Amino acid sequence: MDEAVNPPPRVGLFVTCLVDLMRPSVGFAAVKLLEEAGCKVIVPSQTCCGQPAFNSGDRATARAIARQTIEAFATCDYVVAPSGSCAGMLARHYPGLFIDEPEMAVKADAFAAKCCELASFLVDRLGVTKVSARYEGVVAYHDSCSNLREMSVAGQPRKLLASVEGLRLVELNEPDACCGFGGTFAVKYGELSDAIVAKKSAAVAASGADTLLAGDLGCLMNIAGKMQREGRAVKVRHVAEVLAGLTDDPPIGESAAGAKP
Amino acid sequence: MSVATTPRFKDNVHEALQDERLQRALRHSDNFVSGRAAAAARLPEFEALRDSARAIKDHTLAHLDLYLQAYERKVAESGGHVHYARNAVEANAIVLDLCTRRGARAVTKGKSMISEEIGLNAALEAAGIEAIETDLGEYIIQLRGETPSHIIAPAIHLSKADVEAEFRRAHRDLPAVRDLSQPEQLLAEARAILRDKFFSADVGVTGANFLVAETGTSIIVTNEGNGDLTQILPKVHVVVASLEKIVPTLADAAQLLRVLARSATGQDMTVYTTLSTGPRRPGDPDGPDEYHVVLLDNGRSAMLGSQFEDMLRCIRCGACMNHCPVYHAIGGHAYGWVYPGPMGAVLTPSLIGVAKGGQLPNASTFCGRCEEVCPMRIPLPEMMRHWREREFERRLSPVAARSALRLWGFFAKRPALYRVATDLMMRALHLAGGARGRFSWLPFAGGWTRYRDLTAPQGATFQSRWRAKSGSVR
Repeated sequence: MDEAVNPPPRVGLFVTCLVDLMRPSVGFAAVKLLEEAGCKVIVPSQTCCGQPAFNSGDRATARAIARQTIEAFATCDYVVAPSGSCAGMLARHYPGLFIDEPEMAVKADAFAAKCCELASFLVDRLGVTKVSARYEGVVAYHDSCSNLREMSVAGQPRKLLASVEGLRLVELNEPDACCGFGGTFAVKYGELSDAIVAKKSAAVAASGADTLLAGDLGCLMNIAGKMQREGRAVKVRHVAEVLAGLTDDPPIGESAAGAKP
Repeated sequence: MSVATTPRFKDNVHEALQDERLQRALRHSDNFVSGRAAAAARLPEFEALRDSARAIKDHTLAHLDLYLQAYERKVAESGGHVHYARNAVEANAIVLDLCTRRGARAVTKGKSMISEEIGLNAALEAAGIEAIETDLGEYIIQLRGETPSHIIAPAIHLSKADVEAEFRRAHRDLPAVRDLSQPEQLLAEARAILRDKFFSADVGVTGANFLVAETGTSIIVTNEGNGDLTQILPKVHVVVASLEKIVPTLADAAQLLRVLARSATGQDMTVYTTLSTGPRRPGDPDGPDEYHVVLLDNGRSAMLGSQFEDMLRCIRCGACMNHCPVYHAIGGHAYGWVYPGPMGAVLTPSLIGVAKGGQLPNASTFCGRCEEVCPMRIPLPEMMRHWREREFERRLSPVAARSALRLWGFFAKRPALYRVATDLMMRALHLAGGARGRFSWLPFAGGWTRYRDLTAPQGATFQSRWRAKSGSVR
């Protein structure tokens, strides 16, 4: 393609606070996938999407963070997040934060329209049909609630996973059931969250998968943490790592030394 | 009104999770999920019906005063009486007055959540009047001195064995050799006991699924037929219903009926759909001498025009709780008041105040499955968030949570400071937990690590690595 006529889309990576802080390798996997699909990736200075404040009833803080994020990504054609939850906050909830501020509401609407979750951005907007990656394993893909219900992401990551050499995909029983993470819910109602994730952990074990993938690091940390506490030997990773073929880093909650679960 | 244990929700949760009998019963509650999915799939126009159902209720709520007046006029024309009750005390007083004027000693009852909301049974018993629940599930829990744990399946927290044990305890004349191992046998046993009660009752109290303004008709849906006997046999029929049950026309009610049972049990229709309009007319083969409707407000009119108005569209199908991970984990009693599940999490603070009911809208993962299946498309998660906002504004949320949020917010609003601080913190945490890749315990993270291991960070943050690599973080 002639770049002078058709410059590559300028994609701002909204890396998400969990990936930024806990698992940078997911961010690099996202960058690799986007660049391979022909995007120019930039990473504006960012913190968090504001969801912890928004879901705790602190609208003022959520609004301040939203304003700052919208400004930071002003020059991007698209904003892509390796998370349905954070993408859902940007695309579905930012506009509602400014209903009493018309000028900002217009900006938030325009911003929301260019926000996308990673797998759906690759498949739906860029038309990517396959990736060049290899992963030996039986893989279960967990649908995060926000991906499934807020962002309509379900088929896209499965389509890309189907193109990964050596990978066999299995489905979980009750795939649309929540894992019990729910952000601060996991800590505020730890006992309840634990009872919910125990069911998901059992479903993963029953699926026969040796690897669990998902598009949201929150769910993944929750499920991995539960399975590791229960002594179940399932490797847990963000779907972007496998799609990008970047699986040298140890799975979530494990160390390079190969600590036994 | 019945007493709420909602303020001690966390204790209720703990008890429910430790209750092995309850946990066993909850494991069998998945049938509603597959039933609804199959019923919705069988009907091509189901999604369109949901849209029209929502439109019907939105229209009614926008003109509720008009339709209430029309309904009242029609009830009067058919020889019945409408009584307005602002709250539970007034509603109970009206029903009691109707009972004592007829010298009633026994009252049969069809299933009614409004009667649970106002605590009608307790009010009747206090006045020396026997209240007899005739819905099988309600009958069972009445014997056990319990409240419903589900709005359409009140005894869903019990097993067949629990019910058999209760009947053997309560039914004195039941021979020990009688086989009660099958649901049909339990039903036959309850029916035999209730038959006499139906004939001896002086007053029959039912709820209403819909009140039709066009005709002054009340509609109930049941699967056992008990509601029909309750409202036809006694001399007096009293309908207790809340004011948002009004719909304009019979055609509207028919539309709503098409989504109600499908969303609730997965049936196309319930076994009985019973319409009643006024008392017995000359020439009618049966029916009551008196027909009364007690219309309860109890905080609902204050929801009109508020952020919570959409909740008044609810037709009490129970789909939200049937699909709720929290309800599935703890059952209905843990919610601590009349209405459990997502609809209860929104409605309870409206009716008993956010100070008492505020735990419920907080105890949600916002998974959104409730909104996905709600036939009336009520944005339940959004309204739970509205309650959290009210709580936050009134400083009702816990101090520790508020402080943590404030500290986090301080950094999240300062990107440069945030970048440096988080990078240092993550490097330190990586060193502390890196050897194993995770923590079994970490200070201030007990809510997490008591139940799950906590992943250790990989070290330097993404933003710091990206900067080092490309220098392109602005």
